[in-house]
Amino acid sequence: MIENRRSWALRDRLGFYACWAAGLALCAIAAAVAIYMLVKGVSELRPAMLFERPSDGVDQRGQGGLLDPIAGSLLVTTIGIAIALPLGVGVALWLVEYARPFWLARLVESGVEVIAGTPSIVLAVFGLILFSESFLSVLSFKPEGADTAFGRSFLIAGAMMSLIALPLIVGATREGLNAIPGHVREASYALGKTKAATIRRVLLPTVRPNIAAGTALGMGRIIGDTAIIVILLGATARLQPLEDVFGPAGPLRGTGSTLTSFVYNNSPAGEGGAFEKAYAAAFVLLLIVVVLNLVVARIAGGAARQGGR
Amino acid sequence: MAAAAPASSAPARGPLGLLRRPWPDRRAELLLGAVACTILAFVLGMVVFVFANAWPSFRENGLGFFGAPPAGATVDQQLSEILQAPADPARWTYELNAWPLLWGTLLTTAGAIVIGTVFATFAALFLVEFAPARVRAVLAPVVTLLAGVPSVVYGLIGILAVAPQVAKLISDERKQSVAGIISLTGESWTVGVLILTMMIVPVMVAIIAESLRQVPNAWKEGAMACGVNRFRVAWTISVRTARPAIVAAAVLATARALGEAIMLAMVTGSVAFAPQPIDGPTFFFEPTRPLAATIVAYSEGLSVKPFAQTIYAFAALLLLSAMALSLIGWAAKQPMRKYGIRA
Repeated sequence: MIENRRSWALRDRLGFYACWAAGLALCAIAAAVAIYMLVKGVSELRPAMLFERPSDGVDQRGQGGLLDPIAGSLLVTTIGIAIALPLGVGVALWLVEYARPFWLARLVESGVEVIAGTPSIVLAVFGLILFSESFLSVLSFKPEGADTAFGRSFLIAGAMMSLIALPLIVGATREGLNAIPGHVREASYALGKTKAATIRRVLLPTVRPNIAAGTALGMGRIIGDTAIIVILLGATARLQPLEDVFGPAGPLRGTGSTLTSFVYNNSPAGEGGAFEKAYAAAFVLLLIVVVLNLVVARIAGGAARQGGR
Repeated sequence: MAAAAPASSAPARGPLGLLRRPWPDRRAELLLGAVACTILAFVLGMVVFVFANAWPSFRENGLGFFGAPPAGATVDQQLSEILQAPADPARWTYELNAWPLLWGTLLTTAGAIVIGTVFATFAALFLVEFAPARVRAVLAPVVTLLAGVPSVVYGLIGILAVAPQVAKLISDERKQSVAGIISLTGESWTVGVLILTMMIVPVMVAIIAESLRQVPNAWKEGAMACGVNRFRVAWTISVRTARPAIVAAAVLATARALGEAIMLAMVTGSVAFAPQPIDGPTFFFEPTRPLAATIVAYSEGLSVKPFAQTIYAFAALLLLSAMALSLIGWAAKQPMRKYGIRA
C-alpha cells in the first residue's frame, strides 16, 4: 500500500499511533502475565506436588501438595456441567423450536439473561441460605443440635456453579440451532418424522459442536470461579467426606477445596500463608484454562472447516 | 448403541426403554417447556427471596443506609455490632451507613470502565484495521485467552506483584499523615482499578472487534476512494457504526466490575474506608472495600439472622444493578439491528 502518513492531519496521526500503542500494550500485558506466571509456576511447582495431599489444617507452609484442590476442581466442574448441560440444551431447544406461548418464551429468555448477569457472589450467598434449609440437609449435613443444615458441600457448590455455565451453554446451543436453515427441518418433516424425532435425529447431531464449545466455555468459567467456592465449599484444604456415609455420597456431601480457593486461602488475603504454593496452584489453574481454550478453538475451527457455521 | 437403529424399530425394553422409544411431540414439548419454566421459577425465587430478606435492613436504616457513618464510627464497627446480635429479635440492631462501601464500588468500577473503554476501543481498532496479519494472528487468540484467566490469578498478581511496587512509592511522611486512621500498604483502590482494567479490557476488545469486523467493506472502500486516510475511515465509519457495541461492551464490563468480589477483596486493602479526594495525592494510595468484596469478607456471619439480612441488602443492590445493566445493554444493542448487524 502506498501511503504517505506525513500528509495526514495531526489528529489522525495521533489516533493511528494511539491504536498501535493500545495494541502493543495489550500484547505487553499478556506477555507480562504469561511470563510472570510461567517463571513463578515453574520455579514453585514440583511434579510431586500434583500427587501429594495438602497438609491437614489451615496453615499450608511446609509439606503438602495440590492433589485435593485439583480433585476438588474436577469434582465441582463435573457436578456443575452434569446439571447445566441437560438443562441448558433443553432450554435452548425449547426457546428455538417451540417457544409457545410467546410471552413465556420472552420471560425465560430474560430469566437466562438475569442469571448471566447475576454476580457469582450473589449466587453464593443465596445458595448458602437456600441449602441451609433443614429439608435440604441431605445435600450437606446437619450439625448436632442445630436446626439448620450446614449448607456447604461439593453437591451444593456444584449445583450453584451450574448456573454459571448455564447461560453459556444456552447461548451456544441457540446460536447453533438458529444457524440451521429451515429447509433442513422441513426436509425431515417431509420424510414423516415428528418434531421430536427431528430434534433428536437431525438438529441435535448438527449442533453438537456448538454444545461442546459452550460446555468447554462453561467449564472454564466454573474452574475459574472463586466466590461460590469460598462460601459454599467449606474451605477445608483436604477433601472431608462425611464419615458416616460410605460410597460416592460421602465426598459429594463433604467439604473440600479447589484450585481457586486454594490460591485465595494461600494469598496474603487468606489464612494459609504459603505464597509459593498459591503460585503453583495458580499455574496449574492457568494450564487447565489454556487447554480448555485450545479445545474451544479446535471445536470452532473444526466447525468452520466443515463449512457449516 | 441402540440409538443408531431406525426410529421405527421395535420399542427397546428395560429401564431406559421409555427414553429410547420415539417421543410423541406433545411430551417432548411439555418436558422441554418444564425445564425452561424451572429456570424461570428459580430466577423469580432468587429475586423475591433476596429482596424480601434485604427489606428489614433497608426499612430500619431508611435513606441513612446510603449515607456516611457518623463521626467516630466506621462501617466495620457497625457490621460487628450487627454481628453480635442478641437472641431476642426485639433487640436486634440494623444500624448501618454503607456509603464507604458504595463509594469504593463506584470508584473502582468507574475508574476501570473509563480507562478500559478508551483502551479497548483503540486496541480493537488496531486488531481489526491496522495490525499486520502476523500480529493479528497472535493477538486474536491472546485476547480470548486473557478473557479466560480466572480472577483469583489476577488477584494473586495484584497482591504479590503490583501492590508491593506501589508501596515503594509511598513516602514515610505520607504514611504518617494518615496514621491512626488507615495504614497505607500499597493495597489501594488504584491497584484495584488497574487490575480490574486488565480483567475487563480483553472482554471489551472481543465484543468491539466482533462488531468492527461486521462493518460492510463497501462503506469503508467508498470513503477510501474519496481519498480519506485510513485512520479517518476507521474512526468515522467503523467506530461510529460500532458505537452501540462499544456501549454494550461497557455495560457488560460494568456488570463484571460491580460483581467482582474475590480479586477486589485481595487487592484493595479490605478496609471499609471511603478514599477522600481532598487528601491530594494520598487519595490514590488509600484503601477501600467494595460491596461485593465486603460480602466475601463477612461470609462467615451469614448464620446470624440480622447480619445475613444486612448482607442480603448488599446482594440486593448488586442484583438490582445487574438487572438494570442487562436492560441497558439490551437497549444499547437495538440500533445495530438497523444496519442488519447483530452484536
